[in-house]
Amino acid sequence: MESAVPPTERARYAVAGARANVAATLGSQPRGDVNRNNAFAGLLFLSILIALAGLLALLIQAGVEGAPAISTNLLTEPPSTIDTANAGFRPALIGSVMMIVFVIVLIVPLGVGSAIYLEEYADGTKWWNRIIELNIQNLAAVPSIIYGILGLGLIVRGPLSLGFILLAGAITLALLVLPVVIIAAREAIRAVPPSIREGSLALGATQWQTIRRQVLPAAIPGVATGVILAVSRALGETAPLLLVGATVFVTFDPTPLEGNYSALPVQIFQYATRPQEDFQTLAAAGIMLMLVVLIAMNSVAIWLRNRYEQKW
Amino acid sequence: MTRDDQRTQKSTDQDNGAKAGSPTLAIQARHDDGPPRSTEKVFELKELSVSYGDNLAVKDISMDVFHKNITALIGPSGCGKSTLIRCLNRMNDLVPSARVEGQLLYHGQDLYGPKVDPVQVRKMIGMVFQKPNPFPKSIYDNIAFGPRILGMKGDMDEIVERALRRGAIWDEVKDRLQDNAFGMSGGQQQRLCIARCIAVEPDVILMDEPCSALDPISTGKIEDLMMELKENYSIVIVTHNMQQAARVSDRTAFLIVELTADEKSRWGEIVEYDETEKIFTNPSDPRTEDYVTGKVG
Repeated sequence: MESAVPPTERARYAVAGARANVAATLGSQPRGDVNRNNAFAGLLFLSILIALAGLLALLIQAGVEGAPAISTNLLTEPPSTIDTANAGFRPALIGSVMMIVFVIVLIVPLGVGSAIYLEEYADGTKWWNRIIELNIQNLAAVPSIIYGILGLGLIVRGPLSLGFILLAGAITLALLVLPVVIIAAREAIRAVPPSIREGSLALGATQWQTIRRQVLPAAIPGVATGVILAVSRALGETAPLLLVGATVFVTFDPTPLEGNYSALPVQIFQYATRPQEDFQTLAAAGIMLMLVVLIAMNSVAIWLRNRYEQKW
Repeated sequence: MTRDDQRTQKSTDQDNGAKAGSPTLAIQARHDDGPPRSTEKVFELKELSVSYGDNLAVKDISMDVFHKNITALIGPSGCGKSTLIRCLNRMNDLVPSARVEGQLLYHGQDLYGPKVDPVQVRKMIGMVFQKPNPFPKSIYDNIAFGPRILGMKGDMDEIVERALRRGAIWDEVKDRLQDNAFGMSGGQQQRLCIARCIAVEPDVILMDEPCSALDPISTGKIEDLMMELKENYSIVIVTHNMQQAARVSDRTAFLIVELTADEKSRWGEIVEYDETEKIFTNPSDPRTEDYVTGKVG
């Protein structure tokens, strides 16, 4: 290090002067800039707090109020209007799980298929494809109660006439979340770089081989994340189910193709509309139960995304 | 028609002979030890024009590409080199607005004929891209993908090893064949892509600026590899690097950007196509001389 110092006194002064200049510049950030920076960061943090405040209030309220009713009874016991101490959500929970299974079975092939068509085959310059795209975007924003009316007119009665059964509820929910799945799957497919498709096609692969062996495997994490988030939404929907038959107070385990059924949010709604204190407690406990299920599902989605996400 | 067939047949025989290691075919001389001897034409371009929508990209390209030669396309940015090379294996079909006019013969057959299936074309004419594009899979699966989808017979392990050896990368990856290809360096990825292309045993390898994303050492390795591959394959390479064209290619085509008078539209045209040595030492067109001597571009 010493050897790098120039030999003459004059040069030494020059170097010292230059270094002092650099040091002064580096350390001279104006005070105002620092303050503005901090103020802005504070504002951003505040907006997160406000966003989280609602969720936090719900958690605390439901947690405090529902605490007395939280027990395994929630999972194992049917609802009751007489024995509130032992009442639970068993039929509703089973109904929700069954519906989720049906919803997944319906939305994965339909959603992924539509997304593949729109991303890989459709010619975006043609007007009919543009109308399809626009409609899917719009469908994702249609209020869920509208889907309830559709389910009632099309599935419960009307052409399909399935009646007020669990499968009708599942189909309605699948229709409701399908646009979300299509949009998520399209984004996942679009995130696969074109160079991968070119590499595959340049080897003499057909378009279908390229999609099947290269694009879809690379898009699976994104598709799976989208499906889980869509299912979380389906799980929380109440309004359309009220119209397609899930209103009744079910005390037995539901079956998919016949008889009445219920779902978690509908059951919570049932309890919450009753004036007695005990039912309010049960409703709060139900909210906690549903939050646990939702957090579990979203955690799986996040885990999937982090575990399999491809960095290009 | 029969003549075309014979020609194709002949080329196949030559390929088989060479791939089996038979010395019957004279190895193509480099440009600095005499003129290229092969006269077998792989591609014949006859007034080929490509446009995207209403925009002309290249205009009236006429040139012959010879068998087991390295043919380089050089020229400034925007002169349509990449557009041109992408016509040769019909990768331009992927751009809906692309339109090709004129004639492109591959061993005498019209590549844009009505009965030609682009998928079959790409089986015979492979392509290596500017940016290495390994699949997000293991090194082994990257190589095995092509042979698997084409239903190639034989032991897959052997096919993979042979392709990696020919791609001059076997020694570097033989102990980690199951690792993800994304963990390799850029130069290794590009040689993997070349090996992947060789694995399906094409007739021609198209390379679209294969070294532009690589450091000089990796570039040198790929150039060495190209010289080796030339014994078995015809290679067409687009390059920005004139030294590279001078080092590896037998013949060089120089393209330029032409502008309309109002400078509103631009397209690429071929200025000169000749033996590489001639292009770089004694070009017939002053524009070529200006470009290769670095006066313009």
